[in-house]
Amino acid sequence: MEMVSAQNLWKSFDGQEVLRGISCTVQQGEVLAIIGPSGSGKSTLLRCITQLEQVDQGHIVICGEELVKTVEGKARYGDKKTCARIGLHLGLVFQNFNLFPHFNVLRNITEAPMRVLKKSGEEAKAQALSLLEKMGLSDKAAAYPGQLSGGQQQRVSIARALAMSPDILFFDEPTSALDPELTGEILKVIRELAAEHMTMVVVTHEMKFARDVADRVIFMDGGVIVEEGDPQQVFEAPKSERTKAFLARYNER
Amino acid sequence: MSWEAFGNLLGEMAEGSLVSLSIFFLTLLFSLPLGLLATFGEMSRFKVVQIPVKLYILVMRGTPLMLQLFFVFYGLKPLFGIQPQRFQAAIIAFVLNYAAYFAEIYRGGIQSIPIGQYEAGKVLGFTRGQTFFHIILPQVVKRILPPMGNEFVTLVKDTSLAQVIVVIELMHVTEQYATSSVSVVPFIVAAVFYLAMNLVVSLCFSLAEKKFSYYR
Repeated sequence: MEMVSAQNLWKSFDGQEVLRGISCTVQQGEVLAIIGPSGSGKSTLLRCITQLEQVDQGHIVICGEELVKTVEGKARYGDKKTCARIGLHLGLVFQNFNLFPHFNVLRNITEAPMRVLKKSGEEAKAQALSLLEKMGLSDKAAAYPGQLSGGQQQRVSIARALAMSPDILFFDEPTSALDPELTGEILKVIRELAAEHMTMVVVTHEMKFARDVADRVIFMDGGVIVEEGDPQQVFEAPKSERTKAFLARYNER
Repeated sequence: MSWEAFGNLLGEMAEGSLVSLSIFFLTLLFSLPLGLLATFGEMSRFKVVQIPVKLYILVMRGTPLMLQLFFVFYGLKPLFGIQPQRFQAAIIAFVLNYAAYFAEIYRGGIQSIPIGQYEAGKVLGFTRGQTFFHIILPQVVKRILPPMGNEFVTLVKDTSLAQVIVVIELMHVTEQYATSSVSVVPFIVAAVFYLAMNLVVSLCFSLAEKKFSYYR
């Protein structure tokens, strides 16, 4: 089943075209990795699908619901309610966590389920505690984000996103703000989620991880998809010269 | 100065202090929310809202509070046919003036919150209002405590300006006593009074900052 279908997305910032007619789909249960150089539009693509940015043109359908279509060359979004409802299908984990510093870990996780999904306090708390256990952070429920390491904060933010029971979870360079030692703990969590067949889209610079975990890889450059395929093919036998050059530079490191 | 006269002086100055404190608290009561409203206006996308509010803030911060006091007390009658009482005029001028300063402090605080906090709120499904009141505003309060403390301390001292439209507050009482008794004692006592009030203000702010120090 198609969870996300994005067709012909265009987006520019101040005249600078960042997405240039990009199309992609996400299937249920798959892990899609998006790789590519900085400024290639990976994050913008994610932000357009998660409604943090609005596309200039294009067509996006999420879980069978139309988020935006294009009429006479202009993007037309659904009404506020529809957009908000569609947003609930998606979770997003940020590069720099964006936890709420004034709430403790538990409240960071329970706040949205209680306020948005109107869950009872007890239900939200029980769910949050089980998520924390899964993240290996059972002892941190009462801590404040500022007291945690980057890796712990990122795990809390994954728990926070999961608490909304999204159908698809997006990761925007989830390990880029972490040192190499902490990167491993996040990748491990994503691996575990993949084993549970959570549908995920991961923008990442961790090539080895993309290769090991992803079911499919997209290589983006200049606002378009340059290459797309299963990791084996993209990493070992890239067709495009651009992909070869990019991967070669990575392998040098 | 005899002990009896001194006791008399203290009594009257305490009464004057009560008036000063009334100005202080009433000003805060109205200007704190009005300032937030002005911040929203200032940050509005709509120019018809934004420009008048910016103009209001410019005028209130750009002209002397003393002049504003005179204007409200003497200027409203010829212009609009309304004559406020002295105390009312003082409160109106103080509220309008302090709301402008508070608006700027709120704005600074709101703009200092990282955009990622709004984005996190949005992707979790919060409405804009929920994000603002539950996520942003509590963090703003912590950040603006130091500049707010400054403003509160200044307000305690600024209440003395109300004497220019003959509101019988602490400074007015002090000056009358000083003139009639040809003595500096009333000034010294007034200084102690103001200092005592501001000691309490400072103490409250230290406590508030401590209360908010549970997170970074």
